[in-house]
Amino acid sequence: MARRENPEINAGSMADIAFLLLIFFLVTTTMNVDSGVSKKLSEKPPADYVPPIIKEKNIFEVNINRNNELLVEGERMDIKELKAAAIAFINNGGGEGKVEEGVPTGPCDYCNSVRKQDEPQSSESSSDHPNKAIISVESDRLTEYGTYLTVQDELLRAYSELRNRLSIQKYQIPFPELEESYKSDKNNESLKKKVEDIKTSYPQIISDAEPTN
Amino acid sequence: MSKFRKKKKGMPAVNTAALPDIVFMLLFFFMVTTTMRETDLKIENPRLPSASEVKKLEHKSLVSTIYVGKAKDLKYGSGFNRIQLNDKIATSDQVPAFIINARSKVSEAEVPFMTTSIKADKESSVGTITDIRLKLRDVNALKISYSASKASEAN
Repeated sequence: MARRENPEINAGSMADIAFLLLIFFLVTTTMNVDSGVSKKLSEKPPADYVPPIIKEKNIFEVNINRNNELLVEGERMDIKELKAAAIAFINNGGGEGKVEEGVPTGPCDYCNSVRKQDEPQSSESSSDHPNKAIISVESDRLTEYGTYLTVQDELLRAYSELRNRLSIQKYQIPFPELEESYKSDKNNESLKKKVEDIKTSYPQIISDAEPTN
Repeated sequence: MSKFRKKKKGMPAVNTAALPDIVFMLLFFFMVTTTMRETDLKIENPRLPSASEVKKLEHKSLVSTIYVGKAKDLKYGSGFNRIQLNDKIATSDQVPAFIINARSKVSEAEVPFMTTSIKADKESSVGTITDIRLKLRDVNALKISYSASKASEAN
């Protein structure tokens, strides 16, 4: 009888299978990237700090009470209308801009062209210039955090919309794309200038007042 | 002379039978060591509010996270205002120590880029967040990020 030798199983392609699995896991594993609304706190004022006097018309007051209701400039408002109200306030441009390093920035020369047709015209009783416009958010200690963050988000959206409009008008490119292209090309001076220009045209000035009890 | 005749053979095949073992070992190593979350949550997973103006947090090593929400352990009550630092339920008074501890782990040049991420539940109250914020300001940790899930762009 012929003795048959036990044939060896070819295990060569086993490695391919294992590699395939390994690569599949390597590619599909995504580390949960945390995202959020970023904010910069103001520095702690020194003990003898005297807050500057700001004209009433340059402050946009937003109050949130403990029932999560909004009071904007002394009137009740729905959260959906907040963005439009904030845009109208920031982009009012009813006077002279602030003096930066001894150089007055003058009246807002882009406010009118950025304004949409259905938005109210500039008035004497609202903010002077986007760089003077301050949004103050005051909330109650018992306000829900969700509402608070929605308000912050709406206000930030107002700013990004204005920045976006100005960017499209001046440079024919939406602001997020402009920022994106600057991020991928950090050494490009002209891009940097454009981003800075838009940012200083509409600086985000949102202050958090001490909550009421 | 037949005994010393050179055997006519090609290159012997390299035995690759052990290769799958090596690769599987790698696979298992990665599967076991990959942890999705580095801290145990002592509070219930916060239901994050949603926002559209969110930015991604880069440089994970420079982010310290503070959780706010409802404690899993009922002895801390059922309010949504418990603060978790590292692995423990804490109070806002412990926030400065937490930040200073986090700072000691990174090089001095990177300290200004450190961000504090606040992961708070929708129903927590602003008062708690304000307490944390005041403590953060005391230790000059000024960059914060309110963790939120990305909402689709409405209107």
